[in-house]
Amino acid sequence: MIDDIALAAHNLTREEYDSIVRLIGREPNLTELGIFSVMWSEHCGYKSSKVYLKKFPTRGKYLIQGPGENAGVMDIGDGLAVVFKIESHNHPSYIEPYQGAATGVGGILRDIFTMGARPVAVLDSLRFGPLDKPQNRSVAEGVVSGISGYGNAFGVPTVGGEVYFHDCYSQNPLVNVCCVGLAEKDKIFLARAQGVGNAVIYVGAKTGRDGIHGATMASAEFGKDTEQKRPNVQVGDPFKEKLLLEACLEAMAKGLIIGIQDMGAAGLTCSTTEMAAKSDTGMEIDLDLVPQREEGMNPYEIMLSESQERMLIVTSQDKVKPLQAVFSKWDLEAVVIGKVTDDRQLKAHFHGELVIDIPVKAVVDLCPAYRRPVEAPAFVRKLARYKIPEMPADLDLNQVFLQLVAYPDIADKKWVFRQYDHMVQINTIVLPGGDAAVLRLKGTKKGLAMTLDGNSLYAYLNPKRGGEIVVAEACRNLACVGAAPMGVTNCLNFGNPEKPEIMWQFKEAVEGIARACREFDIPVTGGNVSFYNETEGQAVFPTPVLGIVGLVDDVATIPAAGFRGEREAIVLLGENKEELGGSEYLRLVFDQEKGQAPELDFNKEKSVQEVCRQAIKQKLVRTAHDISEGGLAVALAECSIKSKKGIGFEVKLNGPIRTDALLFGESQSRIILVAKEKNAGKILALARKMKVKAKVIGKTGGKKMVIWHRKKKVVEQPVELMRDAFKNSIPRYFKI
Amino acid sequence: MKFGVVVFPGSNCDYDTFHALQNVMGQETVFLWHKASDLQNVDCVVLPGGFSYGDYLRSGAIARFSPVMAEVKKFAAGGGLVLGICNGFQILQESGLLPGAMLRNKHLKFLCQPVYVKIDNSRTPFSQAGRKDQVLNIPIAHFDGNYYAPPGVLTELERKRQIVFRYCDERGQLTEEANVNGSLHHIAGVINEQGNVLGMMPHPERASEKIVGSDDGQVIFQSIIDYLEKRAGSQKKKAAKKVRPVVSPLPPLIGNL
Repeated sequence: MIDDIALAAHNLTREEYDSIVRLIGREPNLTELGIFSVMWSEHCGYKSSKVYLKKFPTRGKYLIQGPGENAGVMDIGDGLAVVFKIESHNHPSYIEPYQGAATGVGGILRDIFTMGARPVAVLDSLRFGPLDKPQNRSVAEGVVSGISGYGNAFGVPTVGGEVYFHDCYSQNPLVNVCCVGLAEKDKIFLARAQGVGNAVIYVGAKTGRDGIHGATMASAEFGKDTEQKRPNVQVGDPFKEKLLLEACLEAMAKGLIIGIQDMGAAGLTCSTTEMAAKSDTGMEIDLDLVPQREEGMNPYEIMLSESQERMLIVTSQDKVKPLQAVFSKWDLEAVVIGKVTDDRQLKAHFHGELVIDIPVKAVVDLCPAYRRPVEAPAFVRKLARYKIPEMPADLDLNQVFLQLVAYPDIADKKWVFRQYDHMVQINTIVLPGGDAAVLRLKGTKKGLAMTLDGNSLYAYLNPKRGGEIVVAEACRNLACVGAAPMGVTNCLNFGNPEKPEIMWQFKEAVEGIARACREFDIPVTGGNVSFYNETEGQAVFPTPVLGIVGLVDDVATIPAAGFRGEREAIVLLGENKEELGGSEYLRLVFDQEKGQAPELDFNKEKSVQEVCRQAIKQKLVRTAHDISEGGLAVALAECSIKSKKGIGFEVKLNGPIRTDALLFGESQSRIILVAKEKNAGKILALARKMKVKAKVIGKTGGKKMVIWHRKKKVVEQPVELMRDAFKNSIPRYFKI
Repeated sequence: MKFGVVVFPGSNCDYDTFHALQNVMGQETVFLWHKASDLQNVDCVVLPGGFSYGDYLRSGAIARFSPVMAEVKKFAAGGGLVLGICNGFQILQESGLLPGAMLRNKHLKFLCQPVYVKIDNSRTPFSQAGRKDQVLNIPIAHFDGNYYAPPGVLTELERKRQIVFRYCDERGQLTEEANVNGSLHHIAGVINEQGNVLGMMPHPERASEKIVGSDDGQVIFQSIIDYLEKRAGSQKKKAAKKVRPVVSPLPPLIGNL
């Protein structure tokens, strides 16, 4: 009998239960209830977000596969396709940082290779609590080692991403992993269970009791009992995953697979029902045949286990033997556990008894969609009205400059990146730490550029504009390596959607992202929503994270992130405005997270990016860097710090803007381009033609960073000192 | 010359090494499956980097039991050239073909970064294309690369000039800071007494093209090629077979042998 306690344990409401009864025409048994509970969880069913996600543009000229499959697919020419997707593993990473993050990597890798693509890069977006607290350091260390441990062993380079710190992430760290794969464009595999009578084959690791109800766990807030949820986290085996990759790709190449789906969240439940639902078929399986790691597992546990490194394959009966031969060569199991049927039911037998008999459509497609109440939180208007204080007369801008480059959000993340193998597969030509990562495509002149971006403070102050800016900035990052954006994947990290204020933040952010994607004419190919990032009522800042891929026509034109020579002209594209709201400066000097997020004018933004791309294409640009957190001064400092020889700069600025805003304001649509002096004029001419404001503001050289404002020297710091501050900031928390 | 790149379950630099040898250096290259008992008549065997058998138990500890390793041992005993890179080096140690063992890196973290190594002995088949004390820029990527051997063994290694590469700074100085993983005597690569089996932690295949940051790794491959060509020349004129590279953004199926 299903009572309220059982429903609460399954995170289902009475109304949801009643509709289950209606859909299957009787009371479900406990196993069936478990199946509905995971498939109708927020994590799998997107019940609070579905109505808004429809606003994303999902068409584009390069699009091969949009949302609804394991990953999005874009055409990149030469018969190739890029396959990419982002996933969150926030909840597990807080409970068990190493395994939580490791299995996050494992899960997204499978999403990519289940489509027939070889994973060629991983990027991570990580958000932790401030590092001065030991517990936050321990989470950060665990997560970074988990990503490193899994990705390095699997043999996929982790080429970029971002790392930020804020107290709102202390008990809700965010771990978003994006994977990019390459495939032949006419050999994409989908999650289909076609052909009545075809064999359903289980491949990979055995099923254990780990991860049961992982998806349900990720669909509720954390309370004081979080510790007890440790058993819900799965354990990863990257070695098995590597074998699974090679075996799957080999079986695909040999034409032995009709449909394939990885067993991620909700394991066997999700793969069986989704494959059948998408093909309008059914499936009949025998749970006794499922390879099991532990004795005495019951149907509930077998169906809901989230054991890692498993896949479900559908193929014709005559291909079963050759398929098994491929898997056995890679020392993996491939076991026939059932067949495709025509009755649109999922039927499962256990010890000779029929224990599951439910319509797959009801499970997969009829999850309720909620239009939850929305209400703008009072604080949003209050924060936006905040008046930026006058610049203190005694403020030492030189000191602020030094402190900003050492501010953990801005400082060097090498401590993180050097734990990741970012070079394996020898394609990485722009290493982590640049604006966007670039992989060369061997045998062509082309490069695949990718970036992962988020700015949660802007989204907190103004979620819609925050959503717009994150898309604009990601595209700007791609422009800095000469790439045009092609497609988007997104990971939306928010608090509890049952709270109207959170739901409002979500709705606004989605609208902002949707608008920006339309402006840039790039489709959203999929993504992930992570709600309930909330512990004891404290939600994270709304944190949309965008992964965007683009193409570089000729990798030889890609500029460096750092200065390359002395006496080169520094060109500023775009306009400095007096904007300090939501800036790192305001946070550092005034300890305020207030004001209005910077303005964004899409036409200006697009023109600035186009000038940047054109200039790069014409080989005029030696160095390019976008201006973001920390403003113009920090962007210049980064170019200097990243130059191999520690080249300084001298920049002269004018204009009526207050000096602190000029140096550290975070106005959008600005890029620094550095060129040989003789080429600077050509860049300015390009800019004039596209009606973009551009100006030579100074030149590279010397061993100091010097900035003048209205004929007054406002900043002067030795490169060496700034470099040390930038590089040592994060390692010092970890004593290396 | 013909190279063979061994594929263990969990090897992940196998194709990278293949690419460097065949597509960059223009040498005929084949994959050798870990269950194989035939080395296909290659002139040099390369054990690539990666995580053979997941590096479970201990890095390289399980791979040494692979059938192919019995053949590699025979090949080495007959004077054949064997190069172990990273995990390949660890496997050679576990197999007893090279002295010493690897401890975890000194800060207990995986390290992936470009490093400088200097050639300490340029009179080996693996380093003869370089000069003594030449500094090479080649990346490392490992967790267990902190070279250890008992004091007596180290003394012998020094005396017999078996230390081929040492971690150093850009100018060739053996500073503490440059010794990123904490290896004894800054050891980055050692050769056996007979001079035909070399293990190195840095990845020359990751430094074989300028576009990925450095092509200093070519020194190692070129040394092997020069040595083999000379040896072949003195025995019988083995026609230098240049291979036309087939470069594609997608690697071939490695297991499809």
